[in-house]
Amino acid sequence: MSNVDQKVPFTEAVEAFDPLLGFEVHVELSTKSKMFCACPTEFGAEPNTQVCPVCLGLPGSMPVVNQDAIESTIKIGLALNCKIAESSRFARKNYFYPDMPKDYQISQYDEPICYDGYLDVEVPLEDGTKKSVRVEIERVHMEEDTGKLTHAGGATGRIQGADYSIVDYNRAGVPLIEIVTKVVPDTGALAPEVGRAYVTQLRDLVRGLKVSDVRMEQGSLRCDANVSLMPAGTSEWGTRTETKNVNSFKSVEQAIRSEIERQAAVLQSGGKVVQETRHYQETSGTTTSGREKTDAEDYRYFPEPDLVPVEPSAEWIEELRAGLPEAPAKRVARLQEAWGLSDFDMQSVVNAGALDVVEETVAAGVDQAAARKWWLGELARRANEQGVEIDQVGVTPADVAGIVALIDEGKINDKLAREVIDGVASGEGTPAEVVEARGLGVVSDDGPLIEAIDQALADNPDVVEKLREGNMQPVGVIIGAVMKATRGQADAGRARELIIERLG
Amino acid sequence: MSESAISLNTELIKSSASALAAAIAHREISSREVTDAHLDRIEQVDEQVHAFLHVDAEGARAQADAVDAKVAAGDELPPLAGVPVGLKDVFTQRGIPTTAGSRILEGWRPPYDATVTTKLKGSGAVILGKTNMDEFAMGSSTEHSGYGPTRNPWDLDRIPGGSGGGSAAALAAFEAPLTVGTDTGGSIRQPASVTGTVGTKPTYGSVSRFGLIALASSLDQGGPCGRNVADTALLHQALAGHDERDSTSWAGEYPDVVAAAAKRDVKGMKIGLVKELSGEGYQAGVSQRFDEAVKVLTDLGAEVVEVSCPHFDYALAAYYLILPSEASSNLARFDGMRFGLREGDDGNHTVEQVMGLTRDAGFGDEAKRRIILGTYALSSGYYDAYYGQAQKVRTLIAQDFAAAFDQVDVLVSPTAPTTAFKLGEKLDDPVAMYLNDVATIPVNLAGNCAMSLPIGLAPEDGLPVGLQIMAPSFADDRLYNVGGAVESALVDSWGHDLISEVPAL
Ligand SMILES: [Zn+2]
Repeated sequence: MSNVDQKVPFTEAVEAFDPLLGFEVHVELSTKSKMFCACPTEFGAEPNTQVCPVCLGLPGSMPVVNQDAIESTIKIGLALNCKIAESSRFARKNYFYPDMPKDYQISQYDEPICYDGYLDVEVPLEDGTKKSVRVEIERVHMEEDTGKLTHAGGATGRIQGADYSIVDYNRAGVPLIEIVTKVVPDTGALAPEVGRAYVTQLRDLVRGLKVSDVRMEQGSLRCDANVSLMPAGTSEWGTRTETKNVNSFKSVEQAIRSEIERQAAVLQSGGKVVQETRHYQETSGTTTSGREKTDAEDYRYFPEPDLVPVEPSAEWIEELRAGLPEAPAKRVARLQEAWGLSDFDMQSVVNAGALDVVEETVAAGVDQAAARKWWLGELARRANEQGVEIDQVGVTPADVAGIVALIDEGKINDKLAREVIDGVASGEGTPAEVVEARGLGVVSDDGPLIEAIDQALADNPDVVEKLREGNMQPVGVIIGAVMKATRGQADAGRARELIIERLG
Repeated sequence: MSESAISLNTELIKSSASALAAAIAHREISSREVTDAHLDRIEQVDEQVHAFLHVDAEGARAQADAVDAKVAAGDELPPLAGVPVGLKDVFTQRGIPTTAGSRILEGWRPPYDATVTTKLKGSGAVILGKTNMDEFAMGSSTEHSGYGPTRNPWDLDRIPGGSGGGSAAALAAFEAPLTVGTDTGGSIRQPASVTGTVGTKPTYGSVSRFGLIALASSLDQGGPCGRNVADTALLHQALAGHDERDSTSWAGEYPDVVAAAAKRDVKGMKIGLVKELSGEGYQAGVSQRFDEAVKVLTDLGAEVVEVSCPHFDYALAAYYLILPSEASSNLARFDGMRFGLREGDDGNHTVEQVMGLTRDAGFGDEAKRRIILGTYALSSGYYDAYYGQAQKVRTLIAQDFAAAFDQVDVLVSPTAPTTAFKLGEKLDDPVAMYLNDVATIPVNLAGNCAMSLPIGLAPEDGLPVGLQIMAPSFADDRLYNVGGAVESALVDSWGHDLISEVPAL
């Protein structure tokens, strides 16, 4: 593992080979209780406090299916245009591991609840247009999460070589949904972007259903990206690798790119791609070899005899279908019309991942232009700098609405607003509280302002002359000087009024 | 102890559960006296019989006192108020050692009650302790218990059946008037048969499996054991009922088995003799007593016909694929990580090694044998040929039952092909041991219900013989009606009940 993998430049790699993609996305549902027991699922509780005989796998305990989890899964399936099985079953996936209380995982195997769907993904192109790619969904199924192992001591942080390991079973039994695509062919040089767009838009879709937090950084959305290469012009599928530990949308793109470059190098040097699990390394943007997948891995699946088949009624499914939120593409079209935006402007909102936040800001009473200005400007810049999604910068639509209101009331200006954002983002409170605490209010007492104006007028007699002649063009010079003198805290509108007043 | 106290105690321990419940309710005797009499009896004979793995004398007396307080207060009493009961060690009881007969669970005290335990407590029963069993209910002799075998009170050199030998022997030794068992392939009925007691495997889904340490989830079913049909019905009624914590629990109507046990009317009923469950392989004395019992039914006005269930011939083979498959998965959690035994945790072994050492030390030979069988049967490439085929056989057996019940109301057969065999006799021959359950297994595979009740002693060895009655799913009441009728006719003809012939210990 110490030797660095050889790579072929990306453009060269995708000329010689057609990439084939596949995705296994795990979504942790935000149901109140676990998949098979009544324990709470909240993130961050003291270890082993959210456990019971069922999720600890104590002798004699039995699972009972959480109906809310079934409902959430069907919603996801319907939103992905899947068929919903009249009857589906849980199975046991048997393997020994200390994070697995029963030493088997209850999952769905040959009879998933949702199957045969698709998601039409809009892939943004360099020229600002977009290309629609259909990603076919093979299945959506339910399973339970495992506990969380922490390995102490040892060099690798893995179980091998650790001095001891501790297990937190709070996560054991939390409902997980696995969304598996069919092979995604014909993406060519766009493969990395298709991967990113798929996971991003899948996230948007699931978030719109309000069934999960879908936070990659918290692990409530996890993506395994499968990549294989097919020599251009042939139909021979290559050996695929499965890359795990892909923790952001950007990483999806980079992991695919890196894997294409690496596999191309292996194949061009006459080697064979090894079927294996690889780990994405955030720091280097490359993948490293994990465990080799062999045929010896036999999970001895069989139908879970402690559970009866899941048989949702047709009426219930139709009820859920009718209650689904608007499809993302439809929503974009509707908002574009409502806001009166050009294709280009609308695409900017979508590309920035700012659709939700702008919509919510507008809903909070802010003009769409002001909402877009802040989200696509200052806040997008911050998100980009921090490498997080735009809704993760620590500022909510309600905060933006508060800031815009303060500006409109003349209490702060744009420049001060950036400081207010700093305060809100670092948890100092609402915009009004930050203004108060930091003493950021624009100077509203006219005294210091008049002083500054008089000084500025005295310093610029030629400007004063022009102003007195009724030529208001150079008033900015005076306002600029006033702003400088008040360290930006002056209300520009009030300053203008006072300048005219002082000129008599 | 004075002579009168001894005779009173003897009377108490030989009393039926129904009589004890009535006497306690009518303040003729206290539950504490009844409980103490049984605890004394256990003290006196269990060293020989070894029906119990754990006796909770203190807890039992506390439960008895609580019942007596209720009686004194004139409160309304639940049906088994004050009656002592033995609980098979496969059910969890909060704070009480629960091992399922395995060394791998030695010292484990569950933090929760099985639904069966909760129901026993709710019905006012006094839980005396946990009864011995083959390890994880794998066996037909209780010789596979990790804590030593139980002996048959009829002959201490013989096996009491299994896996619920402890529950059956406790009844025959008058250590408890009622016990709870579980029946995966005959573990209630075969012990009842060889100890001259009564036992019912209720319809699958009738008695909650929550808190029952699973052997084979699709086959396991808790059920009642008693010394007569009416007592067994009382316990059956107390245990049965829907439980939200068991997804396979029946949510529909439950028949009134207590009323059925009192009905004892078989006039005009059609009764089927299963052709495949007789003849070769059945001990002569067993067949003889069985024929006599059939004659009793005819005399009582039932119409007896022979029916064929051709797929029963494949039941044993299918069972020994399905059971080990499920068991191999159910027993995986015994890995030394969270509860029970842990071996090799000395800083020199990896987690896999600790798991392996623990399982090697904690599981007995029969458990290991079935885990290996099941792991193999579920392996990729073998699944269809073994587990898949076995499931098809299961469907065919259910169809055989359905066709038979189109013609008849109940089916009958001998419960076990032989009377109790000697300890050690079949220990080295697993297949011979497995054949003991040939008549009981079809019911577990199909999920319907069956009862075993004593029909006399085999002339050649003087040991009890059992009659098996089988009824359709959720027609458990038919078992008690027919069983009650047969029992009453036989007891009338003998002039006493069979259990009174058990030798004094
Ligand atoms: Zn739980």
